[in-house]
Amino acid sequence: MLIPSLALWGVLEESSAVEFCLREPYPALFPHVLKQKGGLFLNRKLETAIAYFFTLNGAFVIFILVGIFALLLSSSFAAWQDVGFISFLTDRVWNPSGFVASHFGIFTKIVGTLMVTAGAMLFAVPLGIATAAYLAEVASSWEREIVKPVIELLAAVPSVVLGFFGIVVFSPLLARIFNLPNGLNALNGSILLGLMSLPTIISIAEDALTAVPKEYKEASLALGATRWQTLSRVIIPAAGSGVTAAIMLGIGRSLGETMTVIMATGNALQFPSDFFSSVRTMTATIAIELGEVPADTTHYYSLFAIGFVLFSMTFLVSLLADIFLHRAGEVKKL
Amino acid sequence: METSSVIQVKKLNLYYGKFQALKDVNMEIGKQEVTALIGPSGCGKSTFLRTLNRLNDLIDSVQIEGDVSIDGNNIYDKSCDVVALRKKVGMVFQKPNPFPKTIYENVAYGPRVHGVKERKKLNAIVEKSLREAALWEEVKDDLSRSALRLSGGQQQRLCIARVLAVGPDVVLMDEPTSALDPIATQKIEDLIRELKEKFTIVIVTHNMQQAARVSDSTAFFLNGEVLEMGQTEIMFTRPLDQRTEDYITGKFG
Repeated sequence: MLIPSLALWGVLEESSAVEFCLREPYPALFPHVLKQKGGLFLNRKLETAIAYFFTLNGAFVIFILVGIFALLLSSSFAAWQDVGFISFLTDRVWNPSGFVASHFGIFTKIVGTLMVTAGAMLFAVPLGIATAAYLAEVASSWEREIVKPVIELLAAVPSVVLGFFGIVVFSPLLARIFNLPNGLNALNGSILLGLMSLPTIISIAEDALTAVPKEYKEASLALGATRWQTLSRVIIPAAGSGVTAAIMLGIGRSLGETMTVIMATGNALQFPSDFFSSVRTMTATIAIELGEVPADTTHYYSLFAIGFVLFSMTFLVSLLADIFLHRAGEVKKL
Repeated sequence: METSSVIQVKKLNLYYGKFQALKDVNMEIGKQEVTALIGPSGCGKSTFLRTLNRLNDLIDSVQIEGDVSIDGNNIYDKSCDVVALRKKVGMVFQKPNPFPKTIYENVAYGPRVHGVKERKKLNAIVEKSLREAALWEEVKDDLSRSALRLSGGQQQRLCIARVLAVGPDVVLMDEPTSALDPIATQKIEDLIRELKEKFTIVIVTHNMQQAARVSDSTAFFLNGEVLEMGQTEIMFTRPLDQRTEDYITGKFG
């Protein structure tokens, strides 16, 4: 679908997408189109067809999303009918094949996911914002040209490679430092997830900081404020919405990450007591169990229900990030 | 040394990379006087203004030679404390640039970064500065309003109050009314006339009438040089240089 789309864009060379959508219903807005003759001119029918084609592409994406949502929700209902929505969320025990009675409670997994994510943010947020501030305010242009691609490379490391790193490097390291039998625990997962969400946080936060009008910076420095005061009291607050959006997107990234946490956190089912406990996240549960579960059982549907809860969480976080980013766009104007 | 001048500039040369933006500028700026810097766009007025509070330091490629003394201290000396300098030499910019904070926080920002913490003291400074900037009466009912909701003219007076709150001796103004309407402009000009009782003011302006109305001395810049400087009255009636006359009468610029 991509190749014909690109070819069509080639034909439409000069038209922007917005203009393209408006031109059909309101040709008067675009007199130059009416005047065009010969090669570039496309007849009405073809233009309409192309417009429909692009609209269809857009609709397709929405359809997929709605489809996923519907599938998750309908399967989830099947699970909640058997388990009950409240006890599904609050029961600490997840024991799908219990001999006496099965338990389908995901509370422990929610806690596991939130713990690992919170731990990740605990160090990724300060480190990410500090790096963004360094890039936006401190680094010289050649430093920026070295550091930025390195950060982008960090984003390109496959999660399974990071997980591997967690097993062979961080696990023994943590075990030695904290005197543990092994280092596959929430802390290990947090560190790796933090590393994974750093590029997101850094690049969005840096954009937000760079977008702060330089007039603010000049005003602050001209009042005799130091660079640090200017950064912490004027620039970062002015970029507040964008920085918050960066954090939200970082959180979203951590919540949904699967492979790394499967490899690094040990996946124990018990309720975690601290960051040195092994935890099993929601994502890990789905990935580990879905391959072996008999279809159309409560267990099967419960895994979908976990997916639904996770989806709701990441959706909410993305939505918040979006709201903050929009607000950031408004602040920019001076 | 003349006691009446606070700022002495000697043989100031400034380069942006290889481009020389200021050429051998010499100038004496009188205490509690308004000095206007005029000249066509790109002639170095704003650049010169920014050398007086070392705001050009922000640009990497800038190189400066020569002497700028304020109260007898060379501000380009290694021992010069830039923070103290900027506290003494405040600046109002071309476009009103209040911080996206409340009116109160804008004015209190300067004193805060210089270590004033006590609420009572801050309140007093905020009120005094807003009064000095002729804005108090308009905003006193709601200091917690966002500064960005004020009109352009009010924002510019807020920026002046923000500068005054730090307690400067010199106030630099870089075309402070170019973004404002005539009424707001007049208020700022009235304010400048009041402020010169206490402060030394250096103002860059594109507006000849404004220079004539508010300033005591005028310096005419052309291509990075000061072609002529003297009392505003004399300069506007009997300029020495033909080019000054041409510019003042609107033949170019």
